[in-house]
Amino acid sequence: MSEITFQNALVVSGNGEAAEGTDVVVADGTIIEIGQDLEVRGEAIDCTGKWLGPGLVDVHTHFREPGQEWKEDIASGSRAAAAGGYTAAVAMPNTDPPIDAGHLARFVADRGRQVGLVDVVPAGCITLGRKGEKLAHLDELYNAGVRLFTDDGGTVADAGLLRRAMEYLAERDGVIVEHCVDAGLAAGGQMHEGEVSSRLGMAGVPSEAEEIVIARDIALARLTGVRYHVQHVSTAGAVDLIAAAKAEGLRVTAEATPHHLCFDDSYVESANPLYKMMPPLRAASDVAALREGLRSGVIDLVATDHAPHADHEKDHAWEEAPFGVIGLEWAAAVVNTVVGLGTAEFFRVLSTAPAGLAELGDHGTLEVGGTANLLVFDPEAAANTSSTVSRSSNAPYLGMELRGAVVHTMYRGRFTVRSGSLQAVAGVAG
Amino acid sequence: MKNLLTMEGVKKETLESLLSDADEFYDVMHRPIPKVPALRGKTVATMFFEPSTRTKLSFERAAKALSADVLSFSPGTSSLKKGESLKDTVLTVKAMGADLMVVRHTSTGAPWRVAEWTGLPVVNGGDGAHQHPTQALLDSLTLKQHYGSLEGLRIAIVGDIRHSRVARSNVWAFSTLGARVTLIAPPTLLPPDMEGWPADVSTDLDPVLDQFDAIYLLRVQAERGGASVFPSVAEYRDRFGMTEARFERLKPDTIVLHPGPMIRGIEIDSGPADDPRCKVLEQVTNGVAVRMAVLFQLLGGTKEDE
Repeated sequence: MSEITFQNALVVSGNGEAAEGTDVVVADGTIIEIGQDLEVRGEAIDCTGKWLGPGLVDVHTHFREPGQEWKEDIASGSRAAAAGGYTAAVAMPNTDPPIDAGHLARFVADRGRQVGLVDVVPAGCITLGRKGEKLAHLDELYNAGVRLFTDDGGTVADAGLLRRAMEYLAERDGVIVEHCVDAGLAAGGQMHEGEVSSRLGMAGVPSEAEEIVIARDIALARLTGVRYHVQHVSTAGAVDLIAAAKAEGLRVTAEATPHHLCFDDSYVESANPLYKMMPPLRAASDVAALREGLRSGVIDLVATDHAPHADHEKDHAWEEAPFGVIGLEWAAAVVNTVVGLGTAEFFRVLSTAPAGLAELGDHGTLEVGGTANLLVFDPEAAANTSSTVSRSSNAPYLGMELRGAVVHTMYRGRFTVRSGSLQAVAGVAG
Repeated sequence: MKNLLTMEGVKKETLESLLSDADEFYDVMHRPIPKVPALRGKTVATMFFEPSTRTKLSFERAAKALSADVLSFSPGTSSLKKGESLKDTVLTVKAMGADLMVVRHTSTGAPWRVAEWTGLPVVNGGDGAHQHPTQALLDSLTLKQHYGSLEGLRIAIVGDIRHSRVARSNVWAFSTLGARVTLIAPPTLLPPDMEGWPADVSTDLDPVLDQFDAIYLLRVQAERGGASVFPSVAEYRDRFGMTEARFERLKPDTIVLHPGPMIRGIEIDSGPADDPRCKVLEQVTNGVAVRMAVLFQLLGGTKEDE
């Protein structure tokens, strides 16, 4: 019987409150005790000065498998997730082919299990082939374990079609997850429309391109009663729309990404496509609104939108480079460095809330009798920004000073990261 | 000065030094043998990833007048068609011995990336709708030749400001040299947020037509009419074109500039275009002179009398 006792950590468990000087005992993949001054069982690991909470959960990862394995695959993406403190990640369905039918979703989940570093949870398309014309095989996807439905990378432009998807999924309590960018307003857009884009002479994506889609979708969520989740909120106006929908009692949730929390559009002046993503980096006032939204709870959670692209794709002139940056390995450090959350809120936005959205019962809380998916995080240590374990290196964080390091990640009772080092796990090709 | 990438934030002394050297090279161009050995042994690569005729020719003429060798790159006949990346292309040309690159590209910021990748001095020959600094220098030289100085001049820039790297360069150069600039365009051809630009902005030309010492007309890209940026070319001409009637209403000594190529019948009618107060051909000549000054300064050339 394998037993481990994590000692003297600041622990966030069950009730979501942080308790100092707490021990957590794990035996055979299960948490068997949480409390003060517990008798050591098995190996003792000192966690003085560290935070211990449920393993992180990302509801927005691009693993790129199947079809674009030169950017990332489920093995390399799982390594990046584990290195970042994650024990579960939801795979976006904009692969090649797109995940619009049951067998494709099962393939993604199966590959995740074979790799065995995090739970890889498939999301499914709303429309067949992400083409915005017909409904995807929603029942098949649901029966294959899909709870989050999205055409991420694109917005469902046809409100009538989106309404039918919402009505259909409301019955099964699936979640409609939208990438909110109006294609007409954003046409040709390379960055946030504003003072910087005007000076740089680049076509802009106005904030309204995001906000009118969110406003439309909220109206449809009201009409259909579906659970509705907004991806990568980037504008202050969007935060206000979501706050109003919540005040009204609608079942609306929202995420912010580490890059939108960390950078504003002044970074685009570098002309370096490491700052190019969709939605784009917004104005400093928008960044402030996102941080405040996360503190107040209007924005429920942090999701990475980890979007790998190979160097030969990203190291280009700005307008030739694809949108997207990676983030799994630095999301926790960014939140810790720039948002200013307490320990309990840190685990709420990075673990509990995303696990709740995706209905992942084994994740998001630490409870006696629960599966040992946990993270030990040192909030004072410097994050590793010198390299990445992802297949792609399109990270704006490399070379930055960020505070907060993953010390141990435990996935189903096994260390995937131990003392800051990624652990070899049987079944994972290097 | 390591590179010439932008006019934004460039000091007045730097501009004046370049214009002063350009004056000297203007004289060189008008000698019986218009050539000096200042950059003998140096190699200038003109890397034009966006089709261009006049700017590329002008840079190459300038390089040759300074006795530099020229490596000339055009997208139509190049390895780009075979899928080579921008980065590999410029590193390849660097490996052939280029000492300086002139870069034109459809993407904002491309010359900055080339400077970063190659470590060579880079001249921005036009990046997207962002900057075209040698155009601003040649326009400044043209104004200086006519008026002696830009100090206190009132200059209108009329047309597609939103998509114009010429406007974005000139607004900084002209204002740094002491002119007062007014940008005039229909609302859809103005940038969305001009906070901090050293210029006045108007959407109506006629009420202010007689206030300027120089009118700078931008090329209207007729295809933008199709993109519904303005209703039609005819309506643009009615409100913003330099028609005979508008030309009559200018102050008698007002000059007209245009970066070329001019589209007669849209932004300018033939009468004004062929009038001596229209300086387009002087601009072209001055283009060679300022590009000589830029190449000379960036490559650390020596003058004959030094």
